[in-house]
Amino acid sequence: MTTTGTTTAVSPTAAPPRIERWVHPGAWWIWALGLAVAASRTTNPLLLGLIVAVAAYVVFARRPSAPWGRTFTAFLVLGAIIIAIRVVFQILLGVPVGSTVLFVLPTIDLPDAFAGVSVGGEVTGEEILAGAYDGMRLATILACVGAANSLASPARLLASVPGALYEAGVAVVIAVTFAPQLITDLRRVRAARRLRGRPVRGLRGIAGSALPVLEGALERSVHLAAAMDSRGYGRVADRTQRQRRLSAATLLGSLTLGLIGVYAMLDASAPMIVGAVLLVSGGTLAIIGVRIAGARSPRSRYRPDPWRLPEWVTASSGLAPAAAFIAASVLTIPGMSTPVDPAQWPQLPIIAVAGLAIALLPAWVTPQPPDRQPR
Amino acid sequence: MNANPVIRWESVSVTYHEAAKPTIENIDLEITEGELALVIGPTGSGKSTLLRTINGLVPHFTGGTLHGRVLVDGRDTATHPPRELADVVGYVAQDPRSGFVTDTVEEELAYTMESLGIAPDAMRRRVEETLDLLGLADLRSRPLGMLSGGQRQRVAIGSVLTATPRVLVLDEPTSALDPGAAEDVLATVQRLVHDLGITVVLAEHRLERVVEYADRVILMPGDGRSLIVGEPAEVMGAAPIAPPVVRLARIAGWSPVPLSVRDARRVAGDLRARLHAADTPPNPPEPLPPDADRTIDAPAACHAGDTVLATMRDVVVAHGSTIAVSGVSWQLHAHEVVALMGRNGAGKSTLLGALVGMHAASRGQVTVAGSDPRQLRGSQLVRTIGLVPQEFTDLLTRSTVAQECHDADRDAHAQPGTTAAILADLAPDIASDAHPRDLSEGQRLSLALAVVLSGRPPVICLDEPTRGLDYDTKERLISILRRIQTEGHVIVVATHDVELVAELATRVVILADGQIVADGPTTAVVVSSPLFAPQVAKVLSTPAAPARWLTPFAVAQALGDAS
Repeated sequence: MTTTGTTTAVSPTAAPPRIERWVHPGAWWIWALGLAVAASRTTNPLLLGLIVAVAAYVVFARRPSAPWGRTFTAFLVLGAIIIAIRVVFQILLGVPVGSTVLFVLPTIDLPDAFAGVSVGGEVTGEEILAGAYDGMRLATILACVGAANSLASPARLLASVPGALYEAGVAVVIAVTFAPQLITDLRRVRAARRLRGRPVRGLRGIAGSALPVLEGALERSVHLAAAMDSRGYGRVADRTQRQRRLSAATLLGSLTLGLIGVYAMLDASAPMIVGAVLLVSGGTLAIIGVRIAGARSPRSRYRPDPWRLPEWVTASSGLAPAAAFIAASVLTIPGMSTPVDPAQWPQLPIIAVAGLAIALLPAWVTPQPPDRQPR
Repeated sequence: MNANPVIRWESVSVTYHEAAKPTIENIDLEITEGELALVIGPTGSGKSTLLRTINGLVPHFTGGTLHGRVLVDGRDTATHPPRELADVVGYVAQDPRSGFVTDTVEEELAYTMESLGIAPDAMRRRVEETLDLLGLADLRSRPLGMLSGGQRQRVAIGSVLTATPRVLVLDEPTSALDPGAAEDVLATVQRLVHDLGITVVLAEHRLERVVEYADRVILMPGDGRSLIVGEPAEVMGAAPIAPPVVRLARIAGWSPVPLSVRDARRVAGDLRARLHAADTPPNPPEPLPPDADRTIDAPAACHAGDTVLATMRDVVVAHGSTIAVSGVSWQLHAHEVVALMGRNGAGKSTLLGALVGMHAASRGQVTVAGSDPRQLRGSQLVRTIGLVPQEFTDLLTRSTVAQECHDADRDAHAQPGTTAAILADLAPDIASDAHPRDLSEGQRLSLALAVVLSGRPPVICLDEPTRGLDYDTKERLISILRRIQTEGHVIVVATHDVELVAELATRVVILADGQIVADGPTTAVVVSSPLFAPQVAKVLSTPAAPARWLTPFAVAQALGDAS
């Protein structure tokens, strides 16, 4: 697609040709989640916009030409819809902030059960601004997820999942790939309904199409299950009773420790250190449990993605903005949140911008994806 | 037979849940190492069931009871579920698309090996070998969704082959493919048998395509009768189902029965001479054009005078940015049976879709019986044009046959009982309280066709109607369509089935890349084409004199007239 053009443009120093390969999907996800964490710490529209810009730049430089490579724009559109919905909700249901009344909506009196919810009334500019900022934060987080999704295929991520979780992971991936198939089915069923002279639109049309589509999906999943079974899916290595009990016990124990740990962390009266210790030991136990359970699956991996320098750089360059944004908000550096009452032009905190700049690195340091243009 | 059986059935019977009688009964059979065994028989005779007992899908996956014992490479399928047989048996289901697990060709080839836990360096090597063996190297990183039908089938075969199984089981590998792609796949299969010594068990309805490759034929007559197993020539000489070349051999009295066009041509000299002596072609003689490349500007003369039922003028249909039909103009006349041919993806289905108003033409004009089909709704549409789509089960929505017929009458504003009467005519033995999904493929097609015919539309389209139909059902379908034709309808059939075209069509239209490349009377278009010529024409044609006989029946008639 457009990737080759971008690279030649941004790397004028013609180094020896880099080998094309897939970057470990885990690295992309850590990078994207780091950006998402950064986004969650600010309502500054300028910073949010910069985060999306950074994500978009890297996506367009390194996305593959496979179908999932094109999902980023869909996530952006979804983000815009979220902003719109958030603003509309703010107008209808929000509590007015500030004094710049733009217009007044008729109020609706709700029964006592909904006390505390007000519909309509005065709508202020500050209120809309606050709603928009909040929506933008959500949309930015979504864009980060979208970036990870188009840079690393869900199936490739699955290949890096520990053996014990593999079978559950397959179910998730298949569910994801079934969605587009359902749309094709729906189109076919609707065409068939029209051929029989039945309505395809409206409530009757939807009701009449739903059942055949679901039937088709069910039939297909049975076919897929048969095919996977005949291809060795779910083979189990011999394992003793003791091993089985051990893995069950460790997983259960880790879950219990983890839950108590989370509770201790959230409960202000418990000392923080207790919670932290419990969480860490729960996590360690979980890793051991997954290892033991994974030993029963004899699977091997075809061309697993290695974790080398580009992966380290990618993952840490995503953590940089997260750290910068968290630090900035803990130190209450001005500009991390944009006050709406009175409305102010947002500032650009240097530390946050510097963190974001680091997140651009993967656009240059990672190898190109190896998929050649089909046809 | 031989000392070396890879698969052995010992008095095997399979009974599915709630079934009154066993699907297959008392089977004793051995298949030896390195053999290509072809399983044939009418629909419902248990071919798929027999195939699925080999890797234990029956009964581990499908349920039901299996009596007796199936041994594969010494392993008893009773104690080995399919996943434990994956390294011995490679099984490819009818529609390979439904069995793909991963995103790209290369990953799909590796999937079975990953499940088996094969070491990474061995996997890497075997994937490369398989890519070369099946001619898939150029497609290695192609997404599976973008493959053509034949490529898809080869990837599916490759994906089980990487586990180096001793047995390859293929359920109807070519029935959805155009003639060219089918030849590709079969050549691949033959290469596996010859070069790698893999044992192949293959079920197929399209006998004309596969029988010449088989080492042994297993005929399942159905209805609990016992298997007939033997050399292809020997079994085909007596089988109730036979490809055209075999039926021709029976008419001409050739023995042993030739199984391929090549073998038949070598003994056909005498028959050719007799036919030319008789020289009364079956159809009213149609002047053979000097070349078959008729263009749309010179429509075939044979249907002048008949009423025009549908017209397309310079029609362009695009799916997104790809143009599926580009500038097609044609007319359909009453009493015509038009065969629409061309490779997979040539635009046949889209053209039919445009004709029934399913796809909007981005340019040009479609007129069916005086109106634009896209404007038609409800009973108006049902009474103007009907389409039996490729997935004809989509047309059926109710839970019994009787309800389906009742609904069809209502949709078409027809007399109550119309559809039921048509159906009784098409397939007399359908129980009216049966669920459409429980019917056989042929019965279901009959029901879908009856539903479409209930509105008595002047234009009737069928998309790939013979996929998965056995010879009997196909014969019945052909006679039904002939009758509809004489009643003044026009029938348009999109198909890969050259034998169906030879039997049925009066006119053939060949599409390539969304354009009409040939349009004319069947004999003229089909005989000269290496891919679309039916077997009889291939046997009887000589470079000097192209044959005018396309079916065994026509040959028999010609000989009968002469004597």
